[in-house]
Amino acid sequence: MSSAAPGSTREQGRSEYGVALFLGALGVLLIAQALLLPASLIVRGPVGPKAVPLVVGGLLVVVAAVLAVDIARGGRGEPEGGEDIDLTGRSDWATMALLVAAFAANAMLIESLGWPISGAILFWGAAFALGSRHYVRDVAIALVLSVGTWYLFVLALGVSLPVGVLRGIL
Amino acid sequence: MGAIGELINGFGTALSPENLLYAFLGVLLGTAIGVLPGIGPAMTLALLLPLTYALPVTSALIMFAGIYYGGMYGGSTTSILLNTPGESASVVTAIEGNKMAKRGRAAQALATAAIGSFVAGTIATLLLALLGPVVARVALQVGQADFFALILLAFIAVTSVLGSSRVRGLAALGLGLTIGLVGIDATSGQQRLTFGIPELADGIDIVIVAVGLFAVGEALWTAAHLRRAPVQVIPVGTARMNREDWSRSWKPWLRGTAIGFPFGAVPAGGAEIPTFLSYVTERKLSKHPEEFGHGAIEGVAGPEATNNASAAGGLVPLLTLGLPTTATAAILLVAIQTYGIEPGPRLFDTEPVLVWGLIASLFIGNTMLLILNLPLAPLWAKLLQIPRTYLYAGILFFSALGAYAVNASPFDLFLLLAIGGLGFMMRRYGLPVLPAIIGVILGPFAEERLRTALQISNGDLGGLITPFSTVIYVLIALILLWPLVRRFLPSKARVPVLSEAAHEVEEAHSHHGLTNAVSVERHVGDEVREKPDPGVPDGR
Repeated sequence: MSSAAPGSTREQGRSEYGVALFLGALGVLLIAQALLLPASLIVRGPVGPKAVPLVVGGLLVVVAAVLAVDIARGGRGEPEGGEDIDLTGRSDWATMALLVAAFAANAMLIESLGWPISGAILFWGAAFALGSRHYVRDVAIALVLSVGTWYLFVLALGVSLPVGVLRGIL
Repeated sequence: MGAIGELINGFGTALSPENLLYAFLGVLLGTAIGVLPGIGPAMTLALLLPLTYALPVTSALIMFAGIYYGGMYGGSTTSILLNTPGESASVVTAIEGNKMAKRGRAAQALATAAIGSFVAGTIATLLLALLGPVVARVALQVGQADFFALILLAFIAVTSVLGSSRVRGLAALGLGLTIGLVGIDATSGQQRLTFGIPELADGIDIVIVAVGLFAVGEALWTAAHLRRAPVQVIPVGTARMNREDWSRSWKPWLRGTAIGFPFGAVPAGGAEIPTFLSYVTERKLSKHPEEFGHGAIEGVAGPEATNNASAAGGLVPLLTLGLPTTATAAILLVAIQTYGIEPGPRLFDTEPVLVWGLIASLFIGNTMLLILNLPLAPLWAKLLQIPRTYLYAGILFFSALGAYAVNASPFDLFLLLAIGGLGFMMRRYGLPVLPAIIGVILGPFAEERLRTALQISNGDLGGLITPFSTVIYVLIALILLWPLVRRFLPSKARVPVLSEAAHEVEEAHSHHGLTNAVSVERHVGDEVREKPDPGVPDGR
């Protein structure tokens, strides 16, 4: 971005090597996994269960190397723009961490507390993370959404969602 | 019985009151969700997928046809009123459409987009109905080895989209292929990349991948860079056009259809190139070239028609070969596969009710879209003002809901978060999402074809070479070596309209902040600096 904050391009440049590293490591993992597969007795011919992982792993390793060279020669990935995206600043990691926490809380609590409560926690937490400070209104919207979708899915669509602690109430 | 007779039967299926209701619901929901900023047609489909779990397959697909068109139209509304395209295909619409809206002609821009989409969608769906069975009959002759070659072509085509980095496309493809490999190998029964986790043995559900990459990834990425400034939405009345608008619109609509359908129908397309081609063509042919750049109605009418025609064209390879060429078509394929139906050459024979019901409901959905959207434009404009905190919280909420509903497993929610993190990384470093999703969907399919082909030939690699597949492999080589081949072509042989379109793509990208200055400079430098690098994709 030409309008990016000074220094951000260089920083992205260094962290972009991480992408190459990630791809390379993933490729090596694929190759190692494929080589460790026990020999199969049923498969004949050159293409068994190992072949495709080996090819994909090889592709990833090659791509990682080419990408690293591209970055070294000054190539940069284009960060995706969009309607609500302001690329002039750095990534807002605090918002991200809170969002991930809200999302993980729902995943951990959905079986015990049930969707009507864990889903509400997810929505409220995410809205809070994104900067909404209308606490009461947010709780109301979150509960209407989670209880509403629970009824919609269980009664109208026939898809079961955990009811959790609200069993007998809903 | 000919295609027309089958189509009439299809209307019989689609016009039942129940299915009409589903088509209506699909159009309404698709537009409402698609109009929300930040939500493109692919994400609309992915988010609404769980709603159809309880429906019989025909009704579900009819509803999806409605969501498909509704989501696309919703996206155009957003680009016109906000100047912020949600997907690459509506970039062009935003160029002239938003200028028109700023000059107080939002209603006309929305009207020409809606009517153009209707005209193009109707003609293109008719072409689909006529061409589909023919292509399917030809495709029946296509063997396993040929199919494998076709899928490879689709892989290479989606990674080599105009104006983007090829090595990053290949990286995204590799990530998708890796995700597709997870699970028990169907032929040998061996576990691959499962790391002893029982939940991974069945593979990663494609719905989780789609929702993770599109919805969760997008929400996380946007959250990290959320624009805190208040949104400026241009107020709009009922969409309408006067006589002059009509006379300036109808030719671009037809030309757009003619450009869009073939691009959609070849298993290599995407909607970005044809929409730009249409834009450039209209600018060349317009009697008011001076208006371009300041809100020319032709610049909205043509590309919008192109977009819709290419979407309908994309259903040809999807239904007859099972090859999706756009992200939206990929999600549609996922939706069809959740019912255990494998689109392919036999689909027209084995599931005639379903296929023709689907095609008929495309006509119906298209008509409903027109009836619904002209008067409802002011309502959709209101949706654009939804607070961003609730919008992105809602996307995460519905993503979690949809992912959990697939297998009722909390493990899937963690997986969804991990894939969402991957989607975030891809957006941050400019890895395109489309090759990844195509890799996940078609990767396992390609492996199966490859191995079946080799079993038939008893392990002889020569079994992969047929006249048809040879042609495909030559095509693949041409695409891969294109930067090299281009240098040896006399400059006259270059298609001027195409290179101009390529230039427009670059310009629009940088205009919308989709690219950085570095990349544009690099691209210009390409032409001057002769650095042959045979065989190795050099990252451009």
